[in-house]
Amino acid sequence: MPVNAKPRGAFSRVPLESKEKNAVIRMFHVHKRYGAKQALVDVTLDIVKNAFLYISGPSGAGKSTLLKLLYLAEPVSEGQIIVDGMNLSRISHRRIPLLRRKFGIIFQDYKLIPTRTVYENVALVLEARGQQRAMVEKKVKSMLRVVGMKDRLSAYPPSLSGGEQQRVAVARAVVGDPTIILADEPTGSLDDDSAATILDLLDQFYHRGATVVVATHDRSLLERGNGRVLQLRQGRLDLPADI
Amino acid sequence: MRSSIQRAIKDILENRFLNAITIITMALSVLIVSAFGLFFLNVQDLFDAWKKGIRIMVYLAPATTETQRLEIGHRLQAFDGIQDIHFVSKADALRLMRKRMPRQSSLLDNLKENPLPDAFEVTLVSDSHSPEKIELLAQRIEGLPSVAEVEYGQQWIERFANFFNLFKLAGYGMGTLFFMATVFITANTIRLVLYSRREEIQIMRLVGATDTFIKVPYYLEGLIQGLMGSLIGIALLYAAFSAVGSQFQQNLSAEMVLIRFLPLSFCGGIIGGGMVIGLLGSFFRSNSS
Ligand SMILES: Nc1ncnc2c1ncn2[C@@H]1O[C@H](COP(=O)(O)OP(=O)(O)OP(=O)(O)O)[C@@H](O)[C@H]1O
Ligand SMILES: [Mg+2]
Repeated sequence: MPVNAKPRGAFSRVPLESKEKNAVIRMFHVHKRYGAKQALVDVTLDIVKNAFLYISGPSGAGKSTLLKLLYLAEPVSEGQIIVDGMNLSRISHRRIPLLRRKFGIIFQDYKLIPTRTVYENVALVLEARGQQRAMVEKKVKSMLRVVGMKDRLSAYPPSLSGGEQQRVAVARAVVGDPTIILADEPTGSLDDDSAATILDLLDQFYHRGATVVVATHDRSLLERGNGRVLQLRQGRLDLPADI
Repeated sequence: MRSSIQRAIKDILENRFLNAITIITMALSVLIVSAFGLFFLNVQDLFDAWKKGIRIMVYLAPATTETQRLEIGHRLQAFDGIQDIHFVSKADALRLMRKRMPRQSSLLDNLKENPLPDAFEVTLVSDSHSPEKIELLAQRIEGLPSVAEVEYGQQWIERFANFFNLFKLAGYGMGTLFFMATVFITANTIRLVLYSRREEIQIMRLVGATDTFIKVPYYLEGLIQGLMGSLIGIALLYAAFSAVGSQFQQNLSAEMVLIRFLPLSFCGGIIGGGMVIGLLGSFFRSNSS
């Protein structure tokens, strides 16, 4: 599939009215405090369906925090978030897994289970959704092949290099065919070639209709694509003029 | 389901030490409780056999004549609840005594005259074994002329029955205690396992696993612990039973009682109970953390 066959400016090109309708993630005046520390300050943001969006900013700006609020790893301190029609402040405990299944998440710290093999780590996502064994095996193996980790199926994460772990984390994030991909520094530990493979993979999902949000402070990543870039600085969003 | 079972087994193997301790504790509890059960069962058997063999000994006054004796025999036979009467003359009684105490027989030889009384041995029909009935019957027999004394094991059996019931109660109390202790121990193991797995569980939640999906293996783990523990406990008891049961049997052969192991249904109940305990333990644990 040709990469970047479709312009990535979808976010800003959609007129305001239809943007509201199409918004798959909406944040209204969101604040996040960790004790006295203000990690996010009054963030208001719409992300439309099938956008490719970068959130950039220096270390400690609040990029990871913003993503964590979306999949409810952390509660907001103030404000509202709506994901695909679900109001996160009203969602029942029982439905949180349903919310999280909409996302494919590449965690900044990978979050691989150290006592499970590479295969098991990736398969977990599909098993948790109750998918058939044969299907799980097929999907997991093919995804691990894409990220170049097919030969390490039965290795345990602690025995992998940082970059290898990251590639497994990417495979796990996308194996469930998520509608929204949240990638927190997805190429932080990778060489240029591996990074390119991962970005191509994200592009593929984007072209298949997924919404992709990448948090990164890596300038080269921002320069590489033509996705929309938002700047976070000390918890505040530098909004472009057209939002 | 298959993957849940695999996860449960993997988990047990990974937490071998913890699980071994739980299973051993469970096995010991089962061993103690079912040893009690085994003991009760056999004592009850023995007790029933004794009750079945309850006899009333009717000793006659020394001066009783042949006619009086026949008369008493007829009157006894007329009573309700009496199955059989058997006359034991003083000579028979002495002979019996000699046979039972061969070493003292020379002592008996020195007796100038037989000090034993004539007696009737009265066997009761099986449905008149209640303490009240026996007592009533004994009183009526005692009222007959020429009857010197009536002897029956009643008081003794009654006292034993009371003691036995008390013992049984203590057994139930202990069973309950062990039950609770075992639930607590299983719960604690599962808590430690969950604690050692908290990072993994957190990750599973983040990638969209439901609580049920996460917990089922731990329930299975509890079930398996219960199954293993109670199987081992019963196997240990059976081994002990096989080793020493035959010795008891020799001592009891005179009583016509066969020592037996716990019936299969009882073993099944204990194993089922063990599994329930394991399940309860994991249930309490995983829902309170
Ligand atoms: N759990 C927490 N408790 C307290 N403070 C926190 C917590 N998580 C984040 N913070 C603080 O919130 C701020 C934003 O953190 P965040 O992880 O979102 O930054 P980031 O933009 O992702 O940085 P990086 O590029 O280094 O990953 C930081 O100052 C951080 O110290
Ligand atoms: Mg971060």
